[in-house]
Amino acid sequence: MDFFEKISQLDRRWVYLFLAVVVVIAFLTRFDVPVTITTEVKSIYDRIESLNEGDKILIAFDYDPNALAELHPMSFAILEHCQRRGVKVIGVTLSQYGAGMAENILRTASGTYSDKIDRFREYNQGMFEKTNDNRYRDKTYKKDWEYGIDYCFLGYKPYPALVILGMGQNFRLYFPQDYYNTPLGELNIMQGVRNYDDIKLAIDITAGNTADFWLIYGNGRYGVPLALGLTGVMGADYYQYLQSGQIFGLIGGWKGAAEYETLVEFQGGKAQEGMPAQVVAHLTIILFIVLGNLGYFLSDRRKQATVTQQV
Amino acid sequence: MNPKTIKWIIFVIVLSAIVLSVYFVSLDRGSFRDGVFVTTAAFLTLFIMSFLYKDNPYYKFAEHLFVGVSAAYWMTMGFWGTMVPNLVAKLWPGSVRGVLPALADKDPSLWFLIPLFLGIVLLMRLSPKGGWISRWALAFIVGTTAGLNLIRYLRSDFIQQVNNTILPLVDKTEAGISFWGSFSNIFIFVGVLCGLVYFFFSKEHKGFFGGAARIGILVLMLTFGAGFGYTVMARISLLAGRMTYLFGDWLGLIK
Repeated sequence: MDFFEKISQLDRRWVYLFLAVVVVIAFLTRFDVPVTITTEVKSIYDRIESLNEGDKILIAFDYDPNALAELHPMSFAILEHCQRRGVKVIGVTLSQYGAGMAENILRTASGTYSDKIDRFREYNQGMFEKTNDNRYRDKTYKKDWEYGIDYCFLGYKPYPALVILGMGQNFRLYFPQDYYNTPLGELNIMQGVRNYDDIKLAIDITAGNTADFWLIYGNGRYGVPLALGLTGVMGADYYQYLQSGQIFGLIGGWKGAAEYETLVEFQGGKAQEGMPAQVVAHLTIILFIVLGNLGYFLSDRRKQATVTQQV
Repeated sequence: MNPKTIKWIIFVIVLSAIVLSVYFVSLDRGSFRDGVFVTTAAFLTLFIMSFLYKDNPYYKFAEHLFVGVSAAYWMTMGFWGTMVPNLVAKLWPGSVRGVLPALADKDPSLWFLIPLFLGIVLLMRLSPKGGWISRWALAFIVGTTAGLNLIRYLRSDFIQQVNNTILPLVDKTEAGISFWGSFSNIFIFVGVLCGLVYFFFSKEHKGFFGGAARIGILVLMLTFGAGFGYTVMARISLLAGRMTYLFGDWLGLIK
């Protein structure tokens, strides 16, 4: 049995192990990977950049912990951009495990997360300073990003289609109060906000079919300008909506998140840090595909030659 | 595996979890409680990953724990997120003063007796004799969902997509004819047409028709390839995310 034959019959567990080792080494060694900006990501950046200070946008964090690694980085990058521009964010989740994700990310981004594990420090290296009350405050901004004024979190409600339709009439229909049981009328950010007419755009960061509901009901029925932040698996399926103009931008997986982090010059962004691992892992997979196919074709040709000789 | 071996394995896992939690604290990454949580999560990650080697009791334990916790979470969210605000608060607003003060002072809406009735009827499915009654509620759900989705899907996923495929084959701009714009439009037009031809089975795929169908297959393969590429990226992201957690958040080896 020669090398190529062995390779084509290699136990898949060696491939798993090899990939895991390669990814860890890529994280330990760290090297720069140039990130090229695509128009679909840039258009989201440009749209937020064009907003005025005080404008309000809706961000739906529709993902569960299983998509945290992929979608948290893009959520952080978008919130970072909103903070810099003074754009106010109304957060919501239509995914059953999304409440924990959304709360974590909003509190982390607002710098009011006092957990000792310091997730914010991990994501925002050098961006925050420790205050006397053991909280962390953004060093680059003149004012804190305050709950109820600069951002709020409406919470989770099941049945995405109905909730999206309901919010089109009035946010208070499905969310009479926010995640922390404060009536929406008492939140400064919600003053003058009745439905989608009072927000500039919506971004759905999702790992599931809520993107379809936002497209069909949010954009189709109410015409809210919509952008999507998607997991890599979903990315290719939604480009048709970009081409048709139903969405104005699309961030696909880690690559898209890395692009957004590059655009907002986000220090210590997880997606940018993960790009070397992506590149190395992709090269490894390509190598295995090539070797596997070579092994298959060569051993097949040898078998044919043996059969011909026997005849 | 005999019970004594299982006890030893559990003892070793618990002991190593405690040791690693203390190690976590020694790195100044948080309290002992944080260490226990992070270490438990790390162990569960390793248990799940052990399936890549082969099916084993640790994987089963982590899987069952996940299913159990998810079901309980779903049930709790369903009760407090749907039943209480959408039914209890509508029929007996005063009873939710403690949890949903914004809804407590509203007038009761007796219309909500209808969904209450349909909800009870749906549960009749559990009864061996009265199961057929649940069809009323199911018919309502199916009818409403179909009606709601039909028009919207037709508009968003069909008419708008068809509309957007009707493109000028020559893309004229202010600067003249755009080569790449025209190429892109022609590619979309030919791709959609050939893709449709491939799925047309009433005529044999021979001659010109067969050629178009072959181009249709190529277009489909390109689409699947793009999808596969994105999928690989997604899976590697998840792997990298877990590796960062294990070697960074837990062991502190990746800064």
